[in-house]
Amino acid sequence: MRADLLAGPFDGLDEALEAVDAFDRALVAGLLRPQPAGAGPARLADAVVGTPLAARVAEAAAKAAAGAAGEEHFLALAGARTALLGSVHDALLARVEEAAGRSHGTESAPPAAPGAAENVLTAARAWLSDLARCGWQGLDHEVVSGAAEVVTAMLPDPSLRRLATLLDGFAAELAASCPGASAERFPVRRWADLWSRGMLLTVPGAVGAPVTGTADGRLLPLGIDVQEHATAAQAQVHAVFEPADGSASRLVRASVSVPKPDTVVGAGIWQLLRPHMSLLAAAGEGRSMDLTGMPVTAEGDLVWSDEHARTGEPAEAFATARVALPTAVAHVTAPLDRHPARLAVPVFLEGYTASTDDDGVLTFTVAGLELLVDTDRVPAAGPLTPEAVGTSGACIALVRWDAGAFHVQPLAVETTVRRKVTAVHAGAWAGGTTDKAGVRAEKAATDAAKVLSERAGRLLRK
Amino acid sequence: MLSYWERSSTARVIPPARPRKLAKVPFVELADGRLQGVVSSGSDIGRVYVSSVAAGSYAFACSTNNNRPCGGARGSFCNHIGALINESVLQYGADRVVRYLKAEVPEGEVDGAVLASAMRSTRPEADTTKAAASVFSRFLRHLTYLEHAPATLPLPEMQFFPPTRAVA
Repeated sequence: MRADLLAGPFDGLDEALEAVDAFDRALVAGLLRPQPAGAGPARLADAVVGTPLAARVAEAAAKAAAGAAGEEHFLALAGARTALLGSVHDALLARVEEAAGRSHGTESAPPAAPGAAENVLTAARAWLSDLARCGWQGLDHEVVSGAAEVVTAMLPDPSLRRLATLLDGFAAELAASCPGASAERFPVRRWADLWSRGMLLTVPGAVGAPVTGTADGRLLPLGIDVQEHATAAQAQVHAVFEPADGSASRLVRASVSVPKPDTVVGAGIWQLLRPHMSLLAAAGEGRSMDLTGMPVTAEGDLVWSDEHARTGEPAEAFATARVALPTAVAHVTAPLDRHPARLAVPVFLEGYTASTDDDGVLTFTVAGLELLVDTDRVPAAGPLTPEAVGTSGACIALVRWDAGAFHVQPLAVETTVRRKVTAVHAGAWAGGTTDKAGVRAEKAATDAAKVLSERAGRLLRK
Repeated sequence: MLSYWERSSTARVIPPARPRKLAKVPFVELADGRLQGVVSSGSDIGRVYVSSVAAGSYAFACSTNNNRPCGGARGSFCNHIGALINESVLQYGADRVVRYLKAEVPEGEVDGAVLASAMRSTRPEADTTKAAASVFSRFLRHLTYLEHAPATLPLPEMQFFPPTRAVA
C-alpha cells in the first residue's frame, strides 16, 4: 500500500470542514439563535453557492438568522451539510483507493426512489426539529424523551430500522448529557452528524438499499467489524467475492443487526446475531462459503439469507488478503450515504513498524507514514488484544478517517506465538469458541439472556 | 479550535454497560432524573418491586408492580433499593452513578454500600411522585427489545457507533 498518499494534503478539505464546523457550533446554542455575520448556517450556505442546493440553503440560512426557520429549512441545512461531507468522503475515498491500488466499479448506485410519507417519519422530523431549536445547551429530559415514542413505533418495521436505530442511539447519548446547560462540552461534530443523518432519513424514500442483482460464486471472508450502541448491534463481514462466471472478483459486505437490551453485551451480541447468518461461523472458523442467488445491492452489500449459502472449503483470511484482495474491485457508495465516517476500506498491511507511546496509543509506521491504530474498535468479546496488534507483523485492517486523519482498524493480525506465526481474528468468537475466556463470557451472556427472556415471558402480553 | 473529541464523528459518549448478573435486579437505569429499576422479589417469582432514588434529593420509593408499598421502605431505603444501588454501580461504574445522583461520597473507593450510606445519612424523604407505573412500563419497553428479529439489510448508520473496550 502506498501509505504516503494518505498524508494529504486534500484540496478544499479544510474549507469544507470549516463550513461544517461553523454550522455545528450553531447547533450548540440552537439554530434560531442570532449568529455573527458569516457564521453558523450562513457559512454553510456560502459553501454550497454554485450548486443546485444554493437557493434553498440560502433561504434556510436567512430564516434561521431571523429566528423563523421551520422544519423544511432545517432539512435544507442538513442537506447542505451532508453534501459537503459527501464531497469530503469522495476525496478521501479516491485517495485511499489510489493508495491501495484499487479500482471501483463504474456502476453507480441507483438514486433513492420517492417513498410514501409516513406519520412516524413526520414525528421523527418534529423531534429532530425540536432539538435544533433548543440546541445542545438547551437539552432537558422533556425534549429528549420525545424520541422514545417515535423509536418504539418504528422498531418493529424493518424498513424503518435505519432511522429507528440511529435515533435510539442518539437519544441515549442526549439523555446521558442532560441537562445541557450544565454540560462542560459536547461532541459537536458527532451530534451534528447524527442530527443531519436523522433529518435526511425522515425524507420518505431516502432509505433504500435496493437489491440490484444476485451473487453466485465463492465468498472469501477477510474479517468481521462490529458496531454497537446501548440498544443495537451490527456485525459486518468484509469479504472478497469471486463470481462463478469468472468475472472480476469484488469486495462485498454482509451485515446482520439486531436491537437489544442494554444489558446484553459482549458475547451476548454474538449469541443474538449468530443464528441469523451462517457466515459469522464460517468467518470465525476461516472457511469460504458458496453462494447461489444471494441478493446483492449496488453498494456491494449482500442481503444475507442462509438458504442461498453453503459452507465451503477452508479459506485462510491472510491468504485471501495477500492473493485475492489486491485485485478485487470495490463498489460505489449510495449518494446519501457518503460521509467520512462511512469509509471502511479493507487493506492488507505488512512491513510496518508498530510502536506504542506513553499514553498507550499505538501507531503503525507504513512506508514512512505514521498511521494511528484504533484498537478501541476491536470488540472485547474476541481473542484479539491491543497487545497482539502491537506485536504483529501483518494485519488485515479497515482504513478509516475521523477528526482530520486516516487511521486503521485491525480486523486480524499475524503475530508470533512461541516462534510460530499465528493469525488472531477480532471476530474469531462470532460463531462460538472453545477459548477459556470465551466460554466464560458465553456462559455469563447466556445466563443474562435467560433471565430477561424469562421476565419477558412472564410480563409481556399479559 | 475544537478538540479532537469535539471534532470526532465517532466520539464515544456513553461507555457500554458492564456485564452483571441480572437475576436479582433485572433492570437498572439512570433516567428521568432518578436511579430507577426493577428488583425481583426474594420470595415470590411472580412479583417484582419497582424502586427508585431521585437525583439531588435522594427521595426514595419502592412498591410492587401492583402498587403495593414495600414494607421495608417506610422511613428509609429498603433492601430492594440497596440492591438497586449495588447493581447500578456494577452496571455503570460508581463514578457515573455518583455524578448522576449528585451524591456526596467520602474520598476513596466507592461501592454500592458506601454510596447508599452516604445518601441515607442525609435522611432523605419518601418520594411522593408515584413514578412506579412509568418505571415499570419502561422495564416492559426494555424487554420488548428482545423481541425484534435480527435483519440482514445493512444499517449504514451503525458506522457512527463503534464499539469501545473502555469500561464504565
